[in-house]
Amino acid sequence: MTGDLNPTDMPERLRIDHDAVKPRRDGSRGRRGGRGEQLQVPEAEFRSYYGRPIIKAPVWKNPDVPLYLFLGGLAGSSSVLAAMANGTDRPTLRRAGRYVAMGGAMGGTVFLIHDLHRPTRFLHMLRVFKPTSPLSVGSWILSPFAAFATAAAGAEFLAPYLRGKRGATALKVAGDAAGVGAAVVGPALATYTAVLISNTAVPTWHEAHRHLPVLFAGSAAAAGGGFGLVAASVRDNEPAARLAVAGAVVELIIEEKMTRDLGMLADVYDKGRAKTLMTASKACLAVGAVGAVVGRRKRWAAALSGLALMAGSALTRFGVFDAGIASANDPAHIVVPQRERIRRREEAVQAGTTPPDRHYVPAAGN
Amino acid sequence: MTNVFDAFSGTANSLYGELPDPAADAGFDPSHPKRVGFFTDTSVCIGCKACEVACKEWNLVPDDGTDASDLYRLTGMSYDNTGDLGASTWRHVAFIEDVRPHGSATTEHGGGTPPAEPTTGHIPSGLPALGGGALPKAPRDAATPPPGGGTVDLLTLLPDAGAHGQQTPDDERDVRWLMASDVCKHCTHAGCLDNCPTGALFRTEFGTVVVQDDICNGCGYCVPSCPYGVIDVRGSDGGAHKCTLCYDRLGSGLEPACAKACPTKSIQFGDLDELQAAADARLAELHDRGVNEARLYGRDENDGVGGDGAFFLLLDEPEVYGLPPDPIVTTRDLPEMWRNAALTAVGLGVAAVAAFWKGGRR
Repeated sequence: MTGDLNPTDMPERLRIDHDAVKPRRDGSRGRRGGRGEQLQVPEAEFRSYYGRPIIKAPVWKNPDVPLYLFLGGLAGSSSVLAAMANGTDRPTLRRAGRYVAMGGAMGGTVFLIHDLHRPTRFLHMLRVFKPTSPLSVGSWILSPFAAFATAAAGAEFLAPYLRGKRGATALKVAGDAAGVGAAVVGPALATYTAVLISNTAVPTWHEAHRHLPVLFAGSAAAAGGGFGLVAASVRDNEPAARLAVAGAVVELIIEEKMTRDLGMLADVYDKGRAKTLMTASKACLAVGAVGAVVGRRKRWAAALSGLALMAGSALTRFGVFDAGIASANDPAHIVVPQRERIRRREEAVQAGTTPPDRHYVPAAGN
Repeated sequence: MTNVFDAFSGTANSLYGELPDPAADAGFDPSHPKRVGFFTDTSVCIGCKACEVACKEWNLVPDDGTDASDLYRLTGMSYDNTGDLGASTWRHVAFIEDVRPHGSATTEHGGGTPPAEPTTGHIPSGLPALGGGALPKAPRDAATPPPGGGTVDLLTLLPDAGAHGQQTPDDERDVRWLMASDVCKHCTHAGCLDNCPTGALFRTEFGTVVVQDDICNGCGYCVPSCPYGVIDVRGSDGGAHKCTLCYDRLGSGLEPACAKACPTKSIQFGDLDELQAAADARLAELHDRGVNEARLYGRDENDGVGGDGAFFLLLDEPEVYGLPPDPIVTTRDLPEMWRNAALTAVGLGVAAVAAFWKGGRR
């Protein structure tokens, strides 16, 4: 019998932030410019078993899952752009959208399978349909999307070879129909991943379950629009630019709101790799959005802006993923909010009102 | 069997709330066996780890492999060198050395009981106490014979901050040992089960939660879904594993291996309703004896996971044992999450369509 290969197989698990595990009382280290001092956890409020994590951090592999989140968003929003571009005579945007929708779906599938610890059993994902399992629902979203997107991209690829021959019309109709099918499923592919990660016991993900779908939708729009800027001609790229800029703005706003609403749970966004990634993400999104507005009509500026927007979108996914790992490894993230919940419930019972534990309330401040 | 629409509309408590019979909710007909579980009474746990060993032996669970910080895998956490529950640890005995300076007890821990005998501060009189407070003051000199004659207790001569590594002298310290055998809670609302995309995790006719190893594809979604951090993926075979409540033994009318091996009946197995009655009686008995810090954990059927199939009697806050103080199953918010995701998906689609509005072309 071989030993457990945990340490080598699951690098994320080892990356316990020992600063996070210790009780924090550094009140001067306020988050976000002096507003957050009272959000720090006083040492006395928090007991644990030798500072060990209480829940298990996800064993999902790091780049696989963040890249899957990114590719799902990229492919999902690109499929809508492609379908609309087809209807409004923007051939280069249509071609770009169809190809990247297929590429994203296939790449995402590969990453999803590679992330499994028993990849040969990937078809077990389609063994049942379980609405209680976001991963099951996601598998059933990804499968038809990949089929539609591949059909649309295939039609796009074959069209030049059949031009003027028999079957060209049938191919175009089939490709357009598949493109519409992909566009209908695409947005769901972009946002279901927010449910995937927030429907866990990881505090920073779970308590952001109202923000993450919007964040991921904005991120998807920035990625899809960004790719449109990279690949489509100046004649065709205006809708892509609009979508990308709107996505970047939504993403920047909701990210700020999310970290405010999370209270002490947002501290994982304020340290370590998650902080670096989120800062880089915001910078890329801001630069890309400004570039898209100002330089859309220059081919090179549009392409650079699009790249920046795509990078910003991807960095967001990596940052959110890292923050979740750090949150799961921090016993304070479990104990302090749950203690606060108990305290509020007891207060409510004494006051004769309804216990307020239906909704998460940040531990302090806000 | 509860259908999906009832579960998501909230007319059936399949995702959250009180659910008296989870096996029936999972589709078993009403003639299924009664729900079984564990009651782990930590007030009589002696930390022998027989449960850990019996579990490994019966279930052929391999070496843990984790926490290999050194050759002997010593964690530095008292006598706990197991660490935590995981894919290859289905029973885990926690050890807490609760050391306080003598007389530093608060009413919270002393329970307000009048000390009838020389008690040891926060240690309740109803429980056997360990520690120097109850010992007679021995002369700290090997040459002087002890008051009652006999041999000199060499332990009392150890340097105060020496072998025990404590800052306070032995006879001025109170030590309370907390030992608790942790296990999968077999929740009424099991996040691992509901989140499993393959159906590998299932509810048994006994109301317990078990992984089918031949179905599990190692996606790992159950791992962060558990509010207690119980289930994990095993590196050597890639599958998720956890306590089965000895499903194979239950089918043959045997009790689980850990309960069979427990020498103090700290781990009790039986029908859940009988265990709950026994636990309530035990709690009342301890409270009568002045052990006011005794509490049941996972017993409440109205808690965030609908009550545990394996519940505990603890002598301190749950987080001291590494347990979450107020766990809530993640699927409580799932209907709202799906609604939010669907709305934002529509919003994304509309935004992408609206981006073509009056597309100025050039």
